[in-house]
Amino acid sequence: MTDLASTDAAGSGLALSETDDSTARLHRNLFIAIAAVLVVAPFVAYPIFVMKVLCFALFALAFNLLLGYGGLLSFGHAAYFGMASYVSAYTAKHWGLTPELAILLGTAVGAVLGLVFGALAIRRQGIYFAMITLALAQMVFFFSLQTPRFTGGEDGIQAVPRGKFLGLISLADDRALYWLVAAIFLGGLLLIYRVIHSPFGQVCKAIRDNEPRAISLGYRANQYKLMVFVLSATLAGLAGATKAIVFQLASLTDVYWTMSGEVVLMTLVGGLGTVFGPIVGAIVIVAMQNYLATLGAWVTVVQGVIFVLCVLLFREGIVGVIAKAIKKPL
Amino acid sequence: MQLKTILATTALATLMAAPALAQQITVKAGVLNDRSGLYADLAGEGSVIAARMAVEDFKAAEKGIKVEIVSADHQNKPDVGSTITRQWYDQDGVDLILDVPTSSVALAVSQITKEKNKVHINSGAGTSDLSGKACSPNTIHWTYDTYALAQGTGGAMVKAGGDSWFFMTADYAFGHALERDASATVTKNGGKVVGAVRTPFPGTDFSSFLLQAQASKAKVIGLANAGSDTTNAIKQAGEFGIVAGGQKLAGLLVFLTDVHSLGLQAAQGLVLTESFYWDRDDGTRAWSERFAKLNGGKKPTMVQAGVYSGLLHYLKAVEATKSKDSATVMAKMKEMPTEDPLFGKGSIRPNGRKMHDMYLYEVKKPSESKGPWDYYKQVSVLPAEQAFQPLAETGCSLVK
Amino acid sequence: MFELLGVPPQALFGQVLLGLINGSFYAILSLGLAVIFGLLNIINFTHGAQYMMGAFVAWMCLNYLGLNYWAALLLAPIIVGATGVAIERLLLKRIAHLDHLYGLLLTFGLALIIQGLFRNQYGSSGLPYAIPPQLTGGQNLGFMFLPNYRAWVIVASLVVCLGTWFLIEKTKLGAYLRAATENPTLTQAFGINVPLLVTLTYGFGVALAAFAGVLAAPIYSVNPNMGGDLIIVVFAVVVIGGMGSIMGAIVTGFSLGLIEGLTKVFYPEGAATVIFVIMVLVLLVKPAGLFGRAA
Repeated sequence: MTDLASTDAAGSGLALSETDDSTARLHRNLFIAIAAVLVVAPFVAYPIFVMKVLCFALFALAFNLLLGYGGLLSFGHAAYFGMASYVSAYTAKHWGLTPELAILLGTAVGAVLGLVFGALAIRRQGIYFAMITLALAQMVFFFSLQTPRFTGGEDGIQAVPRGKFLGLISLADDRALYWLVAAIFLGGLLLIYRVIHSPFGQVCKAIRDNEPRAISLGYRANQYKLMVFVLSATLAGLAGATKAIVFQLASLTDVYWTMSGEVVLMTLVGGLGTVFGPIVGAIVIVAMQNYLATLGAWVTVVQGVIFVLCVLLFREGIVGVIAKAIKKPL
Repeated sequence: MQLKTILATTALATLMAAPALAQQITVKAGVLNDRSGLYADLAGEGSVIAARMAVEDFKAAEKGIKVEIVSADHQNKPDVGSTITRQWYDQDGVDLILDVPTSSVALAVSQITKEKNKVHINSGAGTSDLSGKACSPNTIHWTYDTYALAQGTGGAMVKAGGDSWFFMTADYAFGHALERDASATVTKNGGKVVGAVRTPFPGTDFSSFLLQAQASKAKVIGLANAGSDTTNAIKQAGEFGIVAGGQKLAGLLVFLTDVHSLGLQAAQGLVLTESFYWDRDDGTRAWSERFAKLNGGKKPTMVQAGVYSGLLHYLKAVEATKSKDSATVMAKMKEMPTEDPLFGKGSIRPNGRKMHDMYLYEVKKPSESKGPWDYYKQVSVLPAEQAFQPLAETGCSLVK
Repeated sequence: MFELLGVPPQALFGQVLLGLINGSFYAILSLGLAVIFGLLNIINFTHGAQYMMGAFVAWMCLNYLGLNYWAALLLAPIIVGATGVAIERLLLKRIAHLDHLYGLLLTFGLALIIQGLFRNQYGSSGLPYAIPPQLTGGQNLGFMFLPNYRAWVIVASLVVCLGTWFLIEKTKLGAYLRAATENPTLTQAFGINVPLLVTLTYGFGVALAAFAGVLAAPIYSVNPNMGGDLIIVVFAVVVIGGMGSIMGAIVTGFSLGLIEGLTKVFYPEGAATVIFVIMVLVLLVKPAGLFGRAA
């Protein structure tokens, strides 16, 4: 398990230059650039498409936090994403909660689910960890399928009202909603960035690279792993809850195992263990699905080919390759 | 959507190149269905072909209506379907969406269509809610619905002596709806439901449930499922000698393509209800012949036929009103009687339910069939008024 | 009459037998996965797609070449196994030195490609494949009607499973294989061609999947999606049995089929979930699986 993250992270020289001033400046400039793109995007592109990208980018960021910095490959992240999206949609529609409360509640459910599943799963490593998360996520899927009263079964929860932000500002207009989503995304990104560069993040990386050593230094590895797991599940929940409000729909797709596979693909394409990689990966995959929608089953084939090529030739991902070229962690 | 942009630009270019036709109306129709999954064969590219045939037969160009057809795959997922629908309406200037099999996706599309005030003519989906409690002034439900299927198959089987039923129900909302509609019909006709089992969805092995059905001693086993669930259940019922043992199978949602994939050996004797069969009369045969040529030899399903018929009627309404304003066209469509070689004469009710006769078919024995696609023999005709839910019972808010 | 929780015992016998038959498929598939995992340390996500290919090759043999079921039962595993050999040589070999999770991701991608291609070519509603004429009909066992073909499935899978177990645990070839699993470098030093052994093992595991596919073709429809969901269940079976244990995979395969079969009687809605619940419980108590050794 450890080599998976370290081949990529260490391979791109991540550990070496973290305190480097020029790197900090580069990252700050990147954040400014991202903010600028976020401001311009809804005027250039179709806002719903941009919001979709943002939700998935946040989801991939959350997933990458666990894999790239916790060294844990989860094959069941759809569970937190999907369940949060159900809760957010349900409370907004049936309890009439305002969108921000619905999203918060969905996120909280993602966190609780992450705590329970995480406590079960982190006791095992590597492939077993991947399989347990997959099995737990499948249970969430079957739960969702069999509680149509709550989830609407295969119809999903449809016609979720976008409502009024804080009860004041109507989000019915795509642009209005966009600013909320952009703010959530940016907040999530900053949070992840802070966590990675905090002492907590450093310990997590130490555990990822050499668990026995970290334990011998007196760190309770499992507690750290669990915290990363919960944080990752919470942010995945935030992404799912937001997506439900954007598309006014929560459906079984969001809890199905292929969704877990998709987020792995996004992260892999963008660059495992890089800060900005998952964003690029999400843009590439979502755009691809959009452009290839008319091709039917070929979408699956193309996705499969990308998976294979990434694993064989391109393990650092897009951002990983760039980071290597400019010799700075991204 | 790159392809579509190119299409759109060419359309624009043609428009500009022909200033003489400045008066012409351009209609953009989107065929949204399953192009890769379970329902790709019964809808899929075939529905797009049917839509193109409607444009051709209507001679749209001569009548000053320019029709452009786009298509996309909703993968049977409501989220994918609603994303495409929004994009089509917001970005690509689509005026109406056709087909949309899979009830969950259809409900989502219908709802967005209402919100954006466009037109949705549904052919592929089954749920009777589309013209019932989820009805919309912008949606027409064209080809069939679960109520009509239950009326046809359930009613006929009870009358033929199959008065005790055991349901094998796929454990999801659509399966439950099929079971609900069918058991109501069975009870109404004097039959009785002796049991039901919920099968995990989607399933591959039904042998265990078939044994339970066998043990129930019910005369009829109602299959409240769809797609590969149905075909697997039928196949395995043959294997376990269910039909040979005297119990009958009733498929509540079976399409021509399902029978094709089962083969007559496994499907023979199955009773089912459809609103269209290619070999019904000269009109359907001639049309189906042309269709099959374009569709790699595969005959049309009722869903594909419904796409043709629905688009044809829409175009007639556009021609008559010289407008593509949704409210105007919808009003005209509901006012005008419908007529085409595939479904004959019919009408559209205020709740958006297209009315036409339904037909009860029995699947032929291999010895009776003349070859591929010669699968059904007609048992009886169910007049539209009996087949579809009485207007007052639909629970549709558009009905006063 | 004596009844157990409302179910007459005869009916229960029938359900137990059916559960075992379904378990046969789990057993062969998880056996293939276990063999591959043992030597390659790869979780073969393509297994479901290869099972599907087995069924399709049987269909193609019949429709394009006119070869019957029995020929297909022999040919399909060889053909699909050969594609497996190619996959190992061309792709898996390149990532053998990396973390096994890359193997999981690579085979996941391959599964998407294979399923997508078959869907494009053959559609999704499935193709008919008749039960071979020698095995149509069935026996009335008193408590149930047992189709001959299902009886054949259980016999064939038992023979194949036990044969594989014998091959690996009791023969010289198997001894090489086990040696290579324990310590590839040392085995290589003894003059055994380990890379060849790895390739053949993958091919053999894949051939087992294809064999299961041919067995399944006459009773389930031949459908591009037939392996997609099954594979997740089989993963769970392998994890419960203990990864890499041959006997573990066989015994767990059959017994989980049985448990699932009983669930279908007492709580049908839970039949799809029960295996995952068991998996979580087992992992909490025995992390390495029921028959696995602690890593």
